[in-house]
Amino acid sequence: MVLNQFLILAAFLFCTGVYGVLARRNGVLVLMSVELMLNAVNINLIAFSAFGREVSGQVFALFVITIAAAEVGVGLAIVLLIYRNLHSSDLGEVDQLRG
Amino acid sequence: MLRNAWLIPLLPAVSFFLIVMFGKRLPRRGSEIGILAIGASFVMSCVAAVQWIDRVEGAEEGGGGPLHALGRAVAAIGEGQGEPAPHAVVEPVTRSVTWWQNGNVEFSAGISIDGLAVMMLVVVTLVSLLVHVFSTSYLHGDRRYTHYFAFLSLFTASMLNLVVAPNTLQLLVGWELVGLCSFVLIGHWWEDKPNSDAAVKAFLTTRTGDVGLVIAIIILFSAAGTFDMQAINLAALDGEVGHGTLLAASVCLLIGIMGKSGQFPLHTWLPDAMAGPTPVSALIHAATMVVAGVYLGARLFPVLFEGFSIERGGVNPMALTGGITVIIGAALAFVQRDIKKVLAYSTISQIGYMVMGLGVGAWTAAVFHLFTHAFFKALLFLGAGSVSHSGSHHSFDMKSGMGGLRRPMPVTFWTFMIGSAALAGLPPLAGFWSKDEILATAGETGYEAFLLVGLIGALMTAAYMTRCVYLTFFGDFRGHGEPHESPLPITVPLVVLGGLAVVAGFVNATLFDIEKFREWVEPTVAFPELDHPQFDAFGALLAVAVAVAGISIAFAYWFQGRSHGLTQRSELARRGYLFLENKYYLDHLYTDLIVGSIKGGVARASYWVNQHAIDGAINGVGRMSARAGRFAYDIVDQGVVDGAINGIAAGTGESGGRLRAIQSGRVQRYALMLFAAVGFLSLALLIFA
Repeated sequence: MVLNQFLILAAFLFCTGVYGVLARRNGVLVLMSVELMLNAVNINLIAFSAFGREVSGQVFALFVITIAAAEVGVGLAIVLLIYRNLHSSDLGEVDQLRG
Repeated sequence: MLRNAWLIPLLPAVSFFLIVMFGKRLPRRGSEIGILAIGASFVMSCVAAVQWIDRVEGAEEGGGGPLHALGRAVAAIGEGQGEPAPHAVVEPVTRSVTWWQNGNVEFSAGISIDGLAVMMLVVVTLVSLLVHVFSTSYLHGDRRYTHYFAFLSLFTASMLNLVVAPNTLQLLVGWELVGLCSFVLIGHWWEDKPNSDAAVKAFLTTRTGDVGLVIAIIILFSAAGTFDMQAINLAALDGEVGHGTLLAASVCLLIGIMGKSGQFPLHTWLPDAMAGPTPVSALIHAATMVVAGVYLGARLFPVLFEGFSIERGGVNPMALTGGITVIIGAALAFVQRDIKKVLAYSTISQIGYMVMGLGVGAWTAAVFHLFTHAFFKALLFLGAGSVSHSGSHHSFDMKSGMGGLRRPMPVTFWTFMIGSAALAGLPPLAGFWSKDEILATAGETGYEAFLLVGLIGALMTAAYMTRCVYLTFFGDFRGHGEPHESPLPITVPLVVLGGLAVVAGFVNATLFDIEKFREWVEPTVAFPELDHPQFDAFGALLAVAVAVAGISIAFAYWFQGRSHGLTQRSELARRGYLFLENKYYLDHLYTDLIVGSIKGGVARASYWVNQHAIDGAINGVGRMSARAGRFAYDIVDQGVVDGAINGIAAGTGESGGRLRAIQSGRVQRYALMLFAAVGFLSLALLIFA
């Protein structure tokens, strides 16, 4: 096992997440992509922590998981409200703030 | 007790939370907790005061209990001995805990008890206790009775916290809390729009001044490196801090004082604050809110002393602010119909005396005036409350709701008379001693102009209080319903305050060489050397004469109809009518005789001068400026200024039009920009680092 394997996996996950966030039109899928990005970061944190013999990275990962749970709660509530108001969860239609 | 003085502000604060949580379920709906807590605080303050006096006397003469001190005071009165001994150094009692630490800076909370703090503790707790008792009857059956008492407690606790604070940060906490509580209490009956408007106005106006205070704290911290007020004062006196810095800090402090203490030009919130319940007005004006500014000035006096070079005499911004306020406040008091607004403008004017006193270097006199003013102004406000509660049926309008109340309300009448006389500065009541001392010091420290201002203010004060007393208590009753005396919870505080308004002045009666107040209250550490003028018989006589003149003028004007009516006492029914007619006749006289003669001769002469001399000059100047104006318009305004403005506007419009495409409203487009920016920055980091 080498550190690079983990980092490459994480980078791949992260790029998938970024692609999802930018390209997906469905709000729920965008949120899921955000989760992918967060977990990519988690993998990095834990990998560095395990290879560097330093426990604080794992503690950070625990924090990130907690925050992610809270974030998804809020995010889903927002998507729900958007759906209720616009009868669609397509983010492309949410452009009321256009200048 | 001095070391445990932190209990004094803590008790009302605890009481606030207890009332909020349990008040509604108690038999008297929370008022008992408030009264109990304030009562305990008052007792502790008195104990602290006795111990402080003991400490001062002990330092001067080496030992001896409070009874000895009292005995010596009595002996001093009896013998009338001359010069008091020079001051021994009495350190304030301080105690603090570290609140938090940030780098090398330590933020602490604690107490610092000296004579000034002890005096304020006693005054605040006493007035607050009486206001609590008064309120149980005044607000009986009010919708938010419990809420009201909760905030009275918090109000008192905040002010006490401000008083004991050893550092500027803790002082600021108390300062802001006081502002918040006054906002809540002024808007107590917020269902009526004017009341909530008044509350918002008070909040915002005082907040304007607070900005000044915050800036002053920052300046002083960066200059002296500490929040501790005694250290700041020492640094200011030692010349460690540059004069320019001190001047800037002083100006900012003065702005803070203006806002809180209703000084010109930030005084406008005070009269509007009358929208709150009357006992709250008494508390705001006498003990907790407006005197906070004066207290701040007294606490950081060395900063102001050095910053404004008070020693030099002449004119300085602080004395000027106070002086203007004295006159402006008093003049406005003449034209009010609302009894509480008369008192409000009177407070503005009296606080002006205190600020002016600090400005001319009369520290002891200004603080002493704060002390005596607290008693008689609380008395007057509570008296006005009593009148509206039982006499005029919740009206404060002196002309349509009051008059002739001296018979049905004897206790209120006599105590109000005492308060008015004390305010007007008649000897031997409290106001005389303190006001005279401010004037005497102003005359001796090279501020003669302010001595004159003070005398004019005294004349006006005496006159408008006579008018107020006349309209409220003399003549015929003009309201409706049956006026009667107020119940005991209202009259007892009146009598207590009336007694204090009579005797409080003797603590520093310079005439009899009693200067106990100065000995006990004036700091001996970190304090500039100040002059303390001896009693000046001529000045005092002059002040009394001025006050009497003011009363006489107002008497001649307002009581004119009464002396007329006295001759026809049997025809009571016609008295009011005759009085009205008489007054009309007086007005007629003034209009025809005085205004008419001015209109005739003087007006014609001035018209001629106006047409020929002044107009010629004005026309010439006008033609010149028209020509200059045209040039300025054509070349400078149209060409340069407008060109620049139009250019900027066109540029802004153009760039806005291009940039609006970016503001697409689509979250994902924003996210794309975000990621692009992050990627770009990471690239830059990789390349350059």
